[in-house]
Amino acid sequence: MSESAPKPSSSVKLVLLGEAAVGKSSLVLRFVNNDFQENKEPTIGAAFLTQKCNLPSRTIKFEIWDTAGQERFASLAPMYYRNAQAALVVYDLTKPTSLVKAKHWVAELQRQASPGIVIALVGNKLDLTSDSKTADSDEEGADGEDDSGDARKVSTEEAKAYAEEESLLFFETSAKTGHNVSEVFTAIANAIPETSLKSARGAGASNTAAGRASEEQRVNLGNARESGSKDNCAC
Amino acid sequence: MGQDRQAAEAEERPPLPPRPSTSASVDPKNLQAQATTAVTPLEIQTLSFPDGSRGTFSTPGARAVSNPMDSGSSTPRRDKDSASPDNDDAASVTSFAPTMRPAADIASLLAGGLPKRSPAWNLLRTQSSNVHPFEKSQSGTPDKFDDFAREFEALPEDSGEQYGDEERLAIWKSKLKHYMIISAAGKPIWSRHGDLALINSSIGVIHTIISFYEGAKNPLQGFTAGQTRFFVLTQGSLYFVAISKLGESDSQLRFQLEALYMQILSTLTLPTLTHIFANRPSSDLRKPLQGTESLLSSLADNFTKGSPTALLGSLECLKLRKSQRHTINNTFLKHRTDKLLYGLIVADGKLVSVIRPRRHSLHPSDLQLIFNMLFEAEGVRGGGGENWIPLCLPAFNNRGYLYMYVSFLDEEGPDVKVPGQEQASPTAPGEVAMVLISAEKESFFELQQMRRDVAQQLAKSGSLAIIRAAARAGRPRVEGIAPGSHISHFLFKSRANVQYCMGSLDALFADLDERRKLMTIYHELHASVHAKLAHLKVLHSTRQDATALAWITPVFEFYCVAGPNMSRAMMTQGANKIIQWAKKEEERLFIIGGGVF
Repeated sequence: MSESAPKPSSSVKLVLLGEAAVGKSSLVLRFVNNDFQENKEPTIGAAFLTQKCNLPSRTIKFEIWDTAGQERFASLAPMYYRNAQAALVVYDLTKPTSLVKAKHWVAELQRQASPGIVIALVGNKLDLTSDSKTADSDEEGADGEDDSGDARKVSTEEAKAYAEEESLLFFETSAKTGHNVSEVFTAIANAIPETSLKSARGAGASNTAAGRASEEQRVNLGNARESGSKDNCAC
Repeated sequence: MGQDRQAAEAEERPPLPPRPSTSASVDPKNLQAQATTAVTPLEIQTLSFPDGSRGTFSTPGARAVSNPMDSGSSTPRRDKDSASPDNDDAASVTSFAPTMRPAADIASLLAGGLPKRSPAWNLLRTQSSNVHPFEKSQSGTPDKFDDFAREFEALPEDSGEQYGDEERLAIWKSKLKHYMIISAAGKPIWSRHGDLALINSSIGVIHTIISFYEGAKNPLQGFTAGQTRFFVLTQGSLYFVAISKLGESDSQLRFQLEALYMQILSTLTLPTLTHIFANRPSSDLRKPLQGTESLLSSLADNFTKGSPTALLGSLECLKLRKSQRHTINNTFLKHRTDKLLYGLIVADGKLVSVIRPRRHSLHPSDLQLIFNMLFEAEGVRGGGGENWIPLCLPAFNNRGYLYMYVSFLDEEGPDVKVPGQEQASPTAPGEVAMVLISAEKESFFELQQMRRDVAQQLAKSGSLAIIRAAARAGRPRVEGIAPGSHISHFLFKSRANVQYCMGSLDALFADLDERRKLMTIYHELHASVHAKLAHLKVLHSTRQDATALAWITPVFEFYCVAGPNMSRAMMTQGANKIIQWAKKEEERLFIIGGGVF
């Protein structure tokens, strides 16, 4: 197998939550494929993707659940965040209600998700604001009532203050330009405690072995996850 | 025409209350009409229709939503439904004019081909049967399909300076086909074209018209204005409206609207939908349906382009050797998990393999929704990765959700090493998807495992390459099946298998407008042979730009189109060849039974 690097590697289950059309799938698409689609169609249900993230000390393989933001899918969310070690709660910088929704998700995660879950609050669509470095705002004619080109409706200070209060990681990103996207995932990877990585794999009986095997041979991964999820199901 | 009109009027008379203004003319008209009905067997039979009072009966019997064929309503019935409100002396002939050739048997046999018959023309005809249908040089005059691609363009944005509301409305009105969904309380839910703000007043008018008849306990089914047919389908608290200038029959429009209804059910399930409106009739359904607009639109566009799947209510399969399909089925069955309900392999919207429990079969209308989601709309394919989608399959069970695992199989052979690295490739031919459906919402990882095992095995055994090659090879060409027949295109439906196959569209019907003309002919043939009480088995029709043949037996339905100069004898010969071919290749063209567990 190509995975000959001596660096330890472990997988991290990550879930994206947030209101519809804030750019969850676009963030993932930027992170996984380094790609961006204008006018992307809404996600239906949820999409499962994986991507590796190389840290100096180890390799993290993200197993990402990109969920649909529509209200009718909300009841399915617990299934996706139940065993997650990390969550990306996304809002739209140009839409204040999306931050309200994001706060709801944060509260639900703190209440229901596994304790110690790393949560990052991410304000997306930075390219639509005047403080974006790369994007030129008059290309985005469609969204702005503001002729100044600044469609920002949620101030950095407000969101940041909230994030600090709840001890969340905080980023403002643009999936369109790629600004800050990989930084979010790297920061999450760094924030996951070593112990959590071990315990995550330890859910199944054969912890380390299963973890290694999952790297080399995807076939075992499903079983390991499966038993893990069942454990949690019972309680 | 005159006869038709009188017959129609005579038929409409019974349900109406006596009106003083017209009562004077009742007697003579009735006399006339009786003579007419004696001549036209169709009318008599319509009158003797068993259920309900003659003028007001709704769809007779419990129609299976599944089967669009059994409701081929004939033109007279439509007139009756539509024209009753204005059935007074002021009603013009055009109010009754059908938007297509009359669908009755005798009428349609006579309708085509009469105009241009001179000896010289006949002579010419025998010599050049290889002229293709719809050749531009022949038509000369511009027709409504010349710019068909614009049909699918979005209306200009509201904010745009260059278009005022007037212009935008004009563009909106110029569309050949509209679909709208309105709640019974009058809330607009979805419209294929135009933002709801722009067309709000039009929707209001339509809603008022429908509610008026609902209030009178005499539901409106449709009406005709000029060349435009309005068809209304009421489902619970929802009104579905199709407005078509494309000349489909009512039953065809009904099938299209039912598919939109199925899409809504598939999103919400019937109990949820009922619950929403039971609690608050004025609920705005746009919110719960949020995100599925593109699915509705892609369904609608598919119908507007002309979809044989929708027309025939059946599915298209990928042509494979019997042994190859057998291998694929067995691989699929072997790696099946207990959680699996249905398993499908689909390539380019064509079914490759199905496995299912013995007790359950899959319904074409459900599969149409799945295929639409996977191959027409971008939502699933565009994101890459694996998808886990809750959906209701209304024909299977409209009360609950199933969970669908979808994964497009990578181009680069087995992707066991780097799952999740799939590239979001646009609709390249040869796209193969695996669809695994389970009733358990927690079974994602088991199905993912199954997908991996099956994909690995298929790649190893070479089946995946075979599937890709077959998908790339495309549909069979008529020249290959019946050389020298000059038939341009055909549809063959196997009734027992509820599947169809068709000739390649590539050469002659690659353009949207050519394809739409072809599909229009098929729609007319289909409407004629499926009209209620139509007993015809073979229909040959000639028109200025094409000839067409429909042939219906209990085993198959066959339709074909050729150039305008094709003689009937040659057409029949070619048709025979194709049908023989289809029978010989039956086990390759169609999935017979599928893998059962």
